[in-house]
Amino acid sequence: MSQIEILSTDNKLTTIDGGLRLVGHKHISTVSKITTVAPCKTYIVPLQQHIGAISQPLVKTGDRVLKGQMLAMPGDLVSAAVHSPVSGTVSEIRQHDIPHISGLSDLCVVIDNDFKDEWIERNPIAEDYNNTTSSELRKIVRDAGIVGLGGATFPSSVKQTEMNIKTLILNGVECEPYITCDDALMREHAREIISGADIIGHIIKARQCIIAIEDNKPEAIQALQSVVDEDGTGYFIIQVVPTIYPSGGEKQLIQILTGEEVPKGRFPAELGVLCHNVATAYAIHRAVFLGEPLISRIVTITGHGVSHPQNIEALIGTPMKKCIEHCGGYTEDSDELIMGGPMMGFSLQTDELPVVKATNCLLVTARQEDTHRQRHLPCIRCGKCADVCPVRLLPQQLYWYASSQNNDRLVEHNLFDCIECGCCAYVCPSDIPLVQYYRHAKTTIWQQERERKSSDISRQRHEAHQRRLDKIKQEREEKMRKKRELLKKKSQEQASKNQGDEKSSKQAIIAEAIARAQAKKAQRNKDQGNAGKQSSDKDSTGQEDKSKEISQN
Amino acid sequence: MLFKRTPAPHIKQSINVQDMMLKVLYALIPGALASIYFFGWGVLFNLLIAISVCLLSEAVILKVRQRDVTDSLMDGSALVTACLLALALPSLAPWWLTVIASISAIAVAKHLYGGLGFNPFNPAMVGYIVVMISFPLEMTLWTAPMGVPHGSTTGWPDFITTFNWVFLGALPYAETIDSISMATPIDLLKTQLSQFHDVTETRNNPDFSPLFSSISGTGWQWINILYLAGGVWLVKKGVADWRIPTAFLISLVLISNLFAVIDYSANSSALFHAFSGGTMLCAFFIATDPVSASTTPRGRWIYGAGIGALVYIIRSWGGYPDGIAFAVVLMNIAAPLIDYYTQPKVYGDPNR
Repeated sequence: MSQIEILSTDNKLTTIDGGLRLVGHKHISTVSKITTVAPCKTYIVPLQQHIGAISQPLVKTGDRVLKGQMLAMPGDLVSAAVHSPVSGTVSEIRQHDIPHISGLSDLCVVIDNDFKDEWIERNPIAEDYNNTTSSELRKIVRDAGIVGLGGATFPSSVKQTEMNIKTLILNGVECEPYITCDDALMREHAREIISGADIIGHIIKARQCIIAIEDNKPEAIQALQSVVDEDGTGYFIIQVVPTIYPSGGEKQLIQILTGEEVPKGRFPAELGVLCHNVATAYAIHRAVFLGEPLISRIVTITGHGVSHPQNIEALIGTPMKKCIEHCGGYTEDSDELIMGGPMMGFSLQTDELPVVKATNCLLVTARQEDTHRQRHLPCIRCGKCADVCPVRLLPQQLYWYASSQNNDRLVEHNLFDCIECGCCAYVCPSDIPLVQYYRHAKTTIWQQERERKSSDISRQRHEAHQRRLDKIKQEREEKMRKKRELLKKKSQEQASKNQGDEKSSKQAIIAEAIARAQAKKAQRNKDQGNAGKQSSDKDSTGQEDKSKEISQN
Repeated sequence: MLFKRTPAPHIKQSINVQDMMLKVLYALIPGALASIYFFGWGVLFNLLIAISVCLLSEAVILKVRQRDVTDSLMDGSALVTACLLALALPSLAPWWLTVIASISAIAVAKHLYGGLGFNPFNPAMVGYIVVMISFPLEMTLWTAPMGVPHGSTTGWPDFITTFNWVFLGALPYAETIDSISMATPIDLLKTQLSQFHDVTETRNNPDFSPLFSSISGTGWQWINILYLAGGVWLVKKGVADWRIPTAFLISLVLISNLFAVIDYSANSSALFHAFSGGTMLCAFFIATDPVSASTTPRGRWIYGAGIGALVYIIRSWGGYPDGIAFAVVLMNIAAPLIDYYTQPKVYGDPNR
């Protein structure tokens, strides 16, 4: 796989496979500027707001904390710190409902605001970043608890490697309908975003930075363009991309900008590019220039179910209810509360949940007359889903195999390449909630994989145990055998020794006897002189008989 | 405040199966009207019988299978099957022939395999094949097309005659079934070829020449043109896949053209094949049935081309006059295999 060379301004864009042209509904929330939510009494800060290991709490119940103080440190390499959004007291650390697709609760630090707004000591390095090493800057990013604010919440410092990255891509695409938090940020904080991008570029030693924005955000494009023009170095390039969902997906955006696809199962770094969201760049700017950790974010409060839709700056941990109240509350016909966009967001059961780092949007839908069918129709394999899939999957086949729980076929049909963008379910004429089927199938396969692994481990352990037992047994047998052999040998030796003694004594007797007989013979020969041939023969036979007789003994 | 929870995505394109089926029916209308115009009351009777029997058997089986009857009937799939079957059957088909075909299509081919979405074979074509194999004689009973002189009369018989024949099996005095029915151009050419009369000779024979039009057969030409028009609209509306008809027509035209170029006297032209018999009905309405067709993009090319080749083979060398039904069902059988081997390479696949 070749690395992407430096791209120029007249770089030709590629189109993604499939995708959808959706009605944006963006204007609903962009009529006013970003507003700030008034301070609340309590803040609920979950310890797991990112991809990776849960953070390790550094405070305990009753502790006084300052605004920006680290409440929990990264639990592992891939993890992120969380900070106190206000000064106050830790009232408790307990399980609390969190905005997660599972609908489950997780460990949260609950802070009672003392409304003093006392900051912890901040040490901004500001312009000095140019003389600061990458690893020091990465530590600042890590300590500030900054994660990908586009929605994935992957710890930012982890992916800021220096491994041959030529191009930094700043993702300002924001392709989901309704969401405008990045749009608003780009309009109002273009300078800070560019500054943040420059810091990231410095960390990863990028040679250029491409800022990608969809063509439905002319104000944002203009705001950033003027800052880029001011910069004038040519380091920053603004690339306007057509409005097609899901262009904002990391892999899809890379495909659009470079024409290359990130190899399956690898990272964009493989192609020499790194992607960051504009809001992440803004957070990094604040960490470096103001010394502020990530304790707030821009949230779009929108939809026809809320009175005054707008973008708000909310502290992490602010109850969603307060955010909605800030926007005039619900309308009479409000229906569902969704965190994220209408395509990939998930509906929440309650608004008694905190705003977290991943909360880019709260969408309150209005009740519609044409409610969804209770039961979906069977799949007719029309293939509309395959036509819109940006990953070139066959959703109709995946659905078939998912409903028959044919896991081998699911893996063969690349279930795990699904980015869950929801395009397939959007176009499905049978109203099948396809993404839900895939999520369920993925979870089942992971579960089975885990079980298989654990059973593999226990089997290996059992086998090892068996082998050990066998070895012991063998050794014991070997020992026994050796012992037996030794004994046998000993007894044999003893026997043969005895036998040998006997033999030698017998032989000696024989020899003696022979000698004696010969002596006698000689005597006789001497005595008798001429002796007959017959008689000597007779003697020899007699001698033989005698020796036979002896050996038989 | 508590909210209900639904799975993502929370917005939907306003298209549903019922819409798609309705659009298929709309697209069929011009060709069906032409069919009625050129082949008379029999086509209308076919439609009436097929639609009532198909809907009735669908309702009965849904009831037996303890499914929601109205919900499933409203999806329109049984109606589409009925119409396709009726328009494929000969215009003088006796009532019981249509009934048997309809029941075979809905009860056997569709519901015994699990109903909508689960049938491996195109239901209408299975129904057609059942009666084709069982009653080959009745399956040739087409009237003379509108305006074609036939014996003492011209064109198709009147309402009373057709009604009596279709429903009572009776004909007016001095009329036989041979005197009101007439072979289709494809069938005629085949019989004539088997008697060593080549294509040009048959077309120039004054007895037969009114049956042929400039491109294909009288009536058939227009029926096919209108199905083509309806089909193109259907593709444009995104209801029918464009690859299958394209591949089917390209393959049929290329193969028939090849043979026509080799021996013009023994083989009909590519245009004749494209606008004869059920070609366009098959291309846009039958072969494109998504449930039984191949579902991968590349697979659909192979599937369509396969049908085209098989149609030509059966028309030219097979024992049946038109090969649509067999060609479609044979490729239905091959569809899962084709799908398996034509999986597209996903994003970032190293072998792409």
